[in-house]
Amino acid sequence: MTEATIDAVKEVPTAERTHRYWPGEVNVLIGLVVICLVFELLGWIQPIWRSDIAAQSFLLNPTRLSIIVGQVSITGIIAVGVTQVIITGGIDLSSGSVVGAAAMIAMSFAQSSTYARAVYPHLTDLPIVMPAVIAVICGALAGFVNGALVAYTKVPSFIATLGMMVTARGVANWYTRGQPISFPTNGYTVFGSGLHPVLIFLAIAVLFQLVLRYTLYGRHTYAIGSNEQAARVSGINVERHLLLVYTIAGALAGVAALVLTSKNLTAQAGMGLMYELDAIAMAVIGGVSLSGGRGSIFGTVLGALIFGVITSGFTFLGIDAYYQQMIKGAIIVVAVVQDVYRQRLRGRA
Amino acid sequence: MSDAERSIILRTEGLTKHYGGVRALEGADFELRAGEHVAIVGDNGAGKSTFVRQITGVERPTGGKIFFDGSEVEFDSPIAAREQGIETVFQNLALADDLDVPSNLFLGREERYFNLGPFSILNERLMLRRAREALTSTAVKIPNLKNKIRNMSGGQRQCVAISRAATFASKLIIMDEPTAALGVQETAQVENIIRTLKARGIPLILISHNLRQVFDLVDRIWVFRRGQIVGAVDKDKTHGNEIVAMITGVKQGSDEPEAAFV
Repeated sequence: MTEATIDAVKEVPTAERTHRYWPGEVNVLIGLVVICLVFELLGWIQPIWRSDIAAQSFLLNPTRLSIIVGQVSITGIIAVGVTQVIITGGIDLSSGSVVGAAAMIAMSFAQSSTYARAVYPHLTDLPIVMPAVIAVICGALAGFVNGALVAYTKVPSFIATLGMMVTARGVANWYTRGQPISFPTNGYTVFGSGLHPVLIFLAIAVLFQLVLRYTLYGRHTYAIGSNEQAARVSGINVERHLLLVYTIAGALAGVAALVLTSKNLTAQAGMGLMYELDAIAMAVIGGVSLSGGRGSIFGTVLGALIFGVITSGFTFLGIDAYYQQMIKGAIIVVAVVQDVYRQRLRGRA
Repeated sequence: MSDAERSIILRTEGLTKHYGGVRALEGADFELRAGEHVAIVGDNGAGKSTFVRQITGVERPTGGKIFFDGSEVEFDSPIAAREQGIETVFQNLALADDLDVPSNLFLGREERYFNLGPFSILNERLMLRRAREALTSTAVKIPNLKNKIRNMSGGQRQCVAISRAATFASKLIIMDEPTAALGVQETAQVENIIRTLKARGIPLILISHNLRQVFDLVDRIWVFRRGQIVGAVDKDKTHGNEIVAMITGVKQGSDEPEAAFV
């Protein structure tokens, strides 16, 4: 008799539920493939309307592919951190400005002493480990302040990180009174040369994909994002965990600053402007839910690739940069609408 | 008396909770014996949930004492109560919707391979196996344990929440309206879990509005009314009408004369 009732309960859901095992990343992957194929097709038929261009492949071009990944790798590094913040149900608006501040401060420790030696002969170059560590510490410090505000004062993350966004930009400007810092030591260029940004981005993405999937840290990150109250009564130290998540996000912005300055051979106070929005957009396109609890670094990487493919594809088709921005904006809105729609579907069940 | 020999697991003396001027709970003397299943019944606002919030550490009582497992306790958080072996199934379930069944069962006490602080690697295989055992021992059948809670029916969610409590509760389980939002079949399943707890000898405090359920499941019924305990009766020595009379104040413990005519 008990068997019958239990089975009856079991029967109902299974049939309609199978399609839900389909993880959100698959949709993003399909989106990426479709976008690539559209550009591929347009690449072959574009001589129809552009007489100056020969029919050519979009995808079968290693240089283009490496540029695609290369141009999203720095914002991608930020997006890995922002993704974790969003999964806890928060948002980090400060990462772009933190990149600026960390870039200035780190670069000041990476400057070549060649010219300064004319006046102070005893000067030597600092080992490149110094600016690298300082960039990460600067970012982590900013993230720590964000985390402390969000976790302990209960300020909404939007406001706390908005404050940090303005403050960090102020620090970046104040540090040299707006002057750029150039001429790093030769060794410093290692982080940004060639495919190194891509490798750093992928290494960080793989690392945090594994951390989120297989460690206590990841499990608690998702738990807090899906039901903070449940996490609390289950004995998770929610405050300490949020502090850690925001600190990691800040540290990753520091890494992005390191790679960016190393690549550009200069640091300017305006660096990283609006990067936070690109990073958030990558996460959202990659299926990370702004309401928390859902998404993955893998999705964010796919979102970053979609971002890169579209930018590169528009250039490939000779489309004006102004249209690029408009279309990117539309894609972000579509991604969020899609997320809201999926949630509503679930809510109805 | 065999009853007197059995040890008392939980006892409160004059437990009182005031919210400002509101006397939500006044001088509650309650006791629960080892292995005993009791129900707390009463009208809305009778103080049932307030009582539970005091003994599970969600709130601090205004006055009175709580004795648990032989010694006086003061829980300053639900976690403190949980560490003493009290598990509570809250009305709002306290499950993380985006996690699967084993993750929810072990939330906050995950099995890990080795301790690296927050970056400890989870022993998912062990958690999955123990989750399966836990669900088997509470007779819960959930087709796919890796499915997220979000995708489950209300009954399945409630079963997961109760299984979690049953798995980790060593001394006491408290359930606040566990079947309030469930359908007939799902309610039957939850009631079956409660029976398995009885068989395992784990004491239970059940808060319920459903008198049929109360008479089916528990040994003893505590009736709350207007913030006070108006009586406790053994299930076998009473009947539904008497309980209803106590709940409404027609019988026993009614100090307001007008209540007698309700």
